[in-house]
Amino acid sequence: MSQQFTLFARMGKDLPLTILHELTRELKASSVMTAELVTISSTDSMRHVKAVMREHRISGIPVVDDGILKGVISVEDLIRALERQALDLPVSEFMTTNLITAHSEEPVLEALKRLEETGVGRLLVLNGDERLAGMLTKGDIVAGLLHALQEAYAHAERLARENQPRYFFDALVSDETSLILRYRVRVNDFTHGGQASAKIKKALLQIGASPQLSRRVAIATYEAEINLIIHTTDGGHIVAEIRPDQIVVVAHDSGPGIPDVALACQPGYSTASELAREMGFGAGMGLVNIDRCADEMDIWSAVGVGTRVEMRFDVPPEEAATG
Amino acid sequence: MKVDDIIRAIEGEILVAPAIDVNVERAFAADLMSDILAFAQPQMLMVTGLISIQAIRTAEMSDMPIVLFIRGKRPPQALLDLAREIGIGVLLSPYTMYETAGRLYQAGLPGMGKLPIVQQR
Repeated sequence: MSQQFTLFARMGKDLPLTILHELTRELKASSVMTAELVTISSTDSMRHVKAVMREHRISGIPVVDDGILKGVISVEDLIRALERQALDLPVSEFMTTNLITAHSEEPVLEALKRLEETGVGRLLVLNGDERLAGMLTKGDIVAGLLHALQEAYAHAERLARENQPRYFFDALVSDETSLILRYRVRVNDFTHGGQASAKIKKALLQIGASPQLSRRVAIATYEAEINLIIHTTDGGHIVAEIRPDQIVVVAHDSGPGIPDVALACQPGYSTASELAREMGFGAGMGLVNIDRCADEMDIWSAVGVGTRVEMRFDVPPEEAATG
Repeated sequence: MKVDDIIRAIEGEILVAPAIDVNVERAFAADLMSDILAFAQPQMLMVTGLISIQAIRTAEMSDMPIVLFIRGKRPPQALLDLAREIGIGVLLSPYTMYETAGRLYQAGLPGMGKLPIVQQR
């Protein structure tokens, strides 16, 4: 039962009963009934009834003469015949002719109501031309409902899959689509360091970028974010522009600026403070890592003005939206 | 290597259970986050003595599923909360960096292999 509730929760419905109710209105008797029936003629003997019931392990048989439904014979009728030791008498002597029927195009809900109201175990289902089409029990209805639920669930799953972006940026269409994410990074704020990069990474994954691309962008952005925390006088900003073919991340600040950019880019060179080193940074690998992760990196810096690091990442063609 | 095997090898403790049943392929040990970021791979175990939120952030950026702290240094609750929120496992080893790494290597968890020797200033 709990499994069913999970299923409904995943379909976005609150009340399981609502769906069941809808289905009982939607499903036709003909779609859940047992169509291949064992029938018997009104002139057959009750002994034959006993044999047929035993052979097919059934408790009721419709009585049909020339395709026309005449009645129904049940185990109770057979017991009456046995009590009277009248197994050689014809079916017509014992069968029930007051028939409870359903129409083949009737909703299952109506059939279910009739089963409840009359207390009978089965309904005989008639065609438009009043010929016997099949038989309907509560078991048939339950099985039919479960099958329909399964189909409805599979359908919902398929829809959910189709609504998710299959390719990077597939869900957004324009002549020039781009998404811009801006973050403020504060100096010496190691507690929140990495939040901007984490959010950019999450955004990329959500709009369909591959884990590999998202990781490259995240690592480079994270190094740049840490640089803003460690080296700036007043923090800075990270701006990520996400386009279908390229991701551009810019980290900029307003000082102090790098006196020798080429030197700063050398592996192992660092001017990081003691605090930064305690936090696990200052290995002099930041710009090296950025350069390794990005497809292109540009650094512009002027002492007393500020620094601007631009990182560009190409979206692999197989990942990009096909249009 | 499964979390159970790691814990057995280092006689350690699980502080935050990994979100999924992870199986790390190799490990990298360092206290400097930039070193880790330079070599990070998915399905890699991070072994570090840096008890800082940045260790968790570094793992998050580089898709490393587990961070293993050493020398029995218990990280602050805020770190564990962040790891739980992101879905990164946190383990604790009572051994030093050297012995933690040695025990994992002996138990069959490989590292990065031989790297080219580069001149640094």
